[in-house]
Amino acid sequence: MSKFNKKRGKSKPEVSTASLPDIIFMLLFFFMVTTVLRDASLKVQNSTPQATELTKLEKKSLVNYLYIGAPKEEFKAEAGTKPRLQLGDKFASTADIPLFLENHRVKIDERQRGLITSSLRVDRNVTMGIVSDVKTALRKSNQLKVNYSAKKKAE
Amino acid sequence: MAKKSAKDRMSNEINAGSMADIAFLLLIFFLVTTTIVEDKGILVRLPPWSEEPPETLKFKTRNVYSILVNANNDLLVRGEPKRITELREGIKEFIMNPQRREDLAESTTDAIVSLKNDRATKYGTYLEVYNEVMAAYNELRDEQANKKFRKDYQYLTQEQKKEINAIIPLKLSEAEPTEFGQE
Repeated sequence: MSKFNKKRGKSKPEVSTASLPDIIFMLLFFFMVTTVLRDASLKVQNSTPQATELTKLEKKSLVNYLYIGAPKEEFKAEAGTKPRLQLGDKFASTADIPLFLENHRVKIDERQRGLITSSLRVDRNVTMGIVSDVKTALRKSNQLKVNYSAKKKAE
Repeated sequence: MAKKSAKDRMSNEINAGSMADIAFLLLIFFLVTTTIVEDKGILVRLPPWSEEPPETLKFKTRNVYSILVNANNDLLVRGEPKRITELREGIKEFIMNPQRREDLAESTTDAIVSLKNDRATKYGTYLEVYNEVMAAYNELRDEQANKKFRKDYQYLTQEQKKEINAIIPLKLSEAEPTEFGQE
């Protein structure tokens, strides 16, 4: 017994904190690597035009995004050079829009379904043909609230 | 020596020296993962789809402000070529018709802006035109709101906004695009 007492008196009970930063760094790197940023993989060129009469989209969960633009360099072999529609993270045609909208709609509370907005993120160099087709498809599936995504123009 | 260490033990504290580092790391983590997406744009309400062809409504020519955008992104406004920058003032004058001219809108509620483009029109141009139309309407509503309530339109209550909207209704008609240009 006396042996134990003696030992307790001698030792300092401090934990070394020198390695703490390293541990935190490892955590940081772990999260940085594993976190998937929302729609990180844009497959189409997408620089939206500038405008002044902008409205802010409030609730992000009530918004679905439709990207239109020419495919990026690395996808040109797969998707061609003509402007394409991207839904989620893959190329799609206008025929896929109803299903895409329905998939989003079922996730939303019924009372809020009327507030769903489609954000059209269209590249400024796209011609209106494909945009009109997408608009017609949206109208056909009764998704009438549309937001033409644009950047703030400095006046 | 043994005495001193016993005293140390009494005043044991958690080492707070690394707290700053932890906080910094958290900060960096959130900075990295947060995407600051500019979720802004021009909010539009599309007309509902109907299978039947829309009934042709007849309007007086003076009440329609037609804007045509062709495949080369040129504008034809009421039969005359115009630049986008002239559009806003043109629309405002057309709607308000301050000099009661014969060729401009009879009243603000009769005024219709008609927009037609080609399938080969650039989206950037289309949105620029659209933006100018919206800007013209917003400016007129602002003027009206200042006259009536001495406030900007955005600060009005719902009822006041409705009142202004009744005076200056947004009547924008978009026609099916033409198919002349090469996409």
